[in-house]
Amino acid sequence: MNKIIRNLVGTIMALCLFTGTVAAATEIHWWHAFKGRLGTLLAEQVDQFNAAQSEYIVVQNRKGNYSETLNAGIAAFRAKKHPHILMVFEVGTATMMAAKGAIKPMYEVMSEAGAKFNPDGFIGPVKGYYTTTTGEMLSMPYNSSTPVLWVNRDAFKKAGLNPDMDLSTWQKVGVALDKLKSSGNKCPLTTAWQSWVHLENMSAYHNIAFATKENGFAGMDTELVFNGPVQIKHIQAMGNWAKEGKFIYAGRRNEGGKAFRAGECALYTESSAGYAGIKKNAKFDFEIRHLPYWEGVKGAPQNTIIGGSSLWVLSGHSSKEYKGVAAFLSFLSSTVIQAAWHQNTGYLPVTLVASQKTKESGFYDSNPGTDIAGIQMTRKSPTSVSKGLRLGSFDQIRGMIDEELESVWSGKKTAKSALDDAVKRGNVLLRRFESSNR
Amino acid sequence: MEKRVYFKGWFLPALLIVPQLAITAIFFFYPAGTAIWWSLFNPDPFGLSTKFVGFANFDFLFSDPYYKESFYTTAIFSVLVTFFSMGLALFLAVLADRLIKGAGIYQTLLIWPYAVAPAIAGILWLFLFDTRTGLISWYLGLLGYDWNHLLNHNEAMGLVVAVSTWSRVSYNFLFFLAGLQAIPSTIIEAAAIDGARFWKRFWTIVFPLLSPMTFFLVVMNVVYAFFDTFGIIHTITKGGPGQSTTILVYKVYSDGFVGLDLGSSAAQSVILLIIVGILTILQFKFVEKKVHY
Repeated sequence: MNKIIRNLVGTIMALCLFTGTVAAATEIHWWHAFKGRLGTLLAEQVDQFNAAQSEYIVVQNRKGNYSETLNAGIAAFRAKKHPHILMVFEVGTATMMAAKGAIKPMYEVMSEAGAKFNPDGFIGPVKGYYTTTTGEMLSMPYNSSTPVLWVNRDAFKKAGLNPDMDLSTWQKVGVALDKLKSSGNKCPLTTAWQSWVHLENMSAYHNIAFATKENGFAGMDTELVFNGPVQIKHIQAMGNWAKEGKFIYAGRRNEGGKAFRAGECALYTESSAGYAGIKKNAKFDFEIRHLPYWEGVKGAPQNTIIGGSSLWVLSGHSSKEYKGVAAFLSFLSSTVIQAAWHQNTGYLPVTLVASQKTKESGFYDSNPGTDIAGIQMTRKSPTSVSKGLRLGSFDQIRGMIDEELESVWSGKKTAKSALDDAVKRGNVLLRRFESSNR
Repeated sequence: MEKRVYFKGWFLPALLIVPQLAITAIFFFYPAGTAIWWSLFNPDPFGLSTKFVGFANFDFLFSDPYYKESFYTTAIFSVLVTFFSMGLALFLAVLADRLIKGAGIYQTLLIWPYAVAPAIAGILWLFLFDTRTGLISWYLGLLGYDWNHLLNHNEAMGLVVAVSTWSRVSYNFLFFLAGLQAIPSTIIEAAAIDGARFWKRFWTIVFPLLSPMTFFLVVMNVVYAFFDTFGIIHTITKGGPGQSTTILVYKVYSDGFVGLDLGSSAAQSVILLIIVGILTILQFKFVEKKVHY
């Protein structure tokens, strides 16, 4: 009997010791939106951090797509069960910036923890997106990409076109589309993220405003103005191509990728981050080109803007936990991690050193085209209308733009009336956002 | 004389209905009350500041032409779903009722679609109608018809109606079959002896006797089309193209959960609540009088 008790006590003590060691490491929770190849790479970063030290354990959880993740984070915040780090896509930036009591600005987290952090190490367009007008960096850039033109060289050859032909302007792309269509190609051009590529980036690339007040950077009283002549011209051209079967609409997100990767489409406008998937699945000769621009528009090509996400630290946790957050974030911004992330995914190298290191390693020589996105974003310094967008309720406004663009592709509306309607509807939401955050 | 069983005193009956009342209060009154409360505010997403705006959320909604269009879309959608799912179910039930051999298997197989969750049903139908890889859209392509519910409004509406109908037919079928089997065969035999043919018997005897069941199903199917079809629409069209399949409940979701506009979303749920309330009252007041029990 005594023996049994002794054994039992021993077991209990051992259990206490065991849980004691586990509890000693502080858990840092990170909610994100990545699955598939990107999810695996993200998990590897976390494992690497956890293995490198024993003080903190980062626990990563996928909460759905970008919108769902943001929504999960917000719902959790309301229930006071929120994670330390939340991945928020660039569209949600204005929403997060306005939520002053819910976030802990990154510069604050870093300085309080005394962690190594240099905001100037990030490339300008990326840094600018997440920094206030007074120069404080509020969130940590995680994955940033910019739209490029993906070319299926085999499809060009099949249509009797020279795959090396100049595709730098939409005028030239138009000629290629005619040829592709007349030679029987079923999908000459498709796109992902229509509003991001064909309105938001298209505006910045031609150095014209998407919204007033420096696209929202200079104040919440911003108004949408993307119904100008250049945007109308572009959307009308796309609408005509859709009617003629030269532009195939596949969906609001990146559904077009399936058809391109399967080799059905000749041209595809999509984020540079499509690289991971295209490289893995494409059984044809593909190439990355600069996003085309309209020849004759003054100032074009300017620079394109980013898409992707940044990591926001949420308020309401202990200072010990924030120390862990700081350690993890500075780990993520380290050159090794950044360079590997860029090379594996096609996202931009967000730090200057990571980009330098990638260049020196000879990666761009053995993977031609992977530097296009970086060049396209940084070859000119951004103007007041090409540094990005900061608009409230923007996910919802994008939804409205999607709806209006669909009515252009289906021929129900002209480009002008669709864009006018989108501007009108979006402005109502901007006013509403302004009033709820005043 | 009818024999009635009743409880003496009030304690036991009160005790017996408490669980039901508690469930109703917690899961129906409380959320509905919260929605009504929030519809008067314009909160920011994180709930950091909430501003009382009175009926401004409702003004905002009714000044939006797209919201009004959503009513129209919902009306068309629910009428089509109710009509087709009940019509088809009645047809199948009448056939099944006359079966002598293999009735069990036939009935069991017909019930299967009901076990498929709406979102799964949507995905299953996408295997058939996906614009690029769908089996049926491929065959349609061979026939020279370009199926594209991503851009064609009517095809999109047709597709979500078809899927919603398909996953509802089983439910209606079960109730109709039960209703048919409850009709005394003596009445029908008497009519047959008097020389009434099948269709005559159906319209003059069976259909009127089924009316309580039909009435019940109309109420249930309208409610189904209003609310339970969310998963189907979300997986197939996400409310598009344009807003051609954005029914009211889908707009509640996209404004509240994607747009994070909780005030407007709450106001929309209140409007939905009122609509369903009015529809139910109308049905009970006017249609029920014409129903034979």
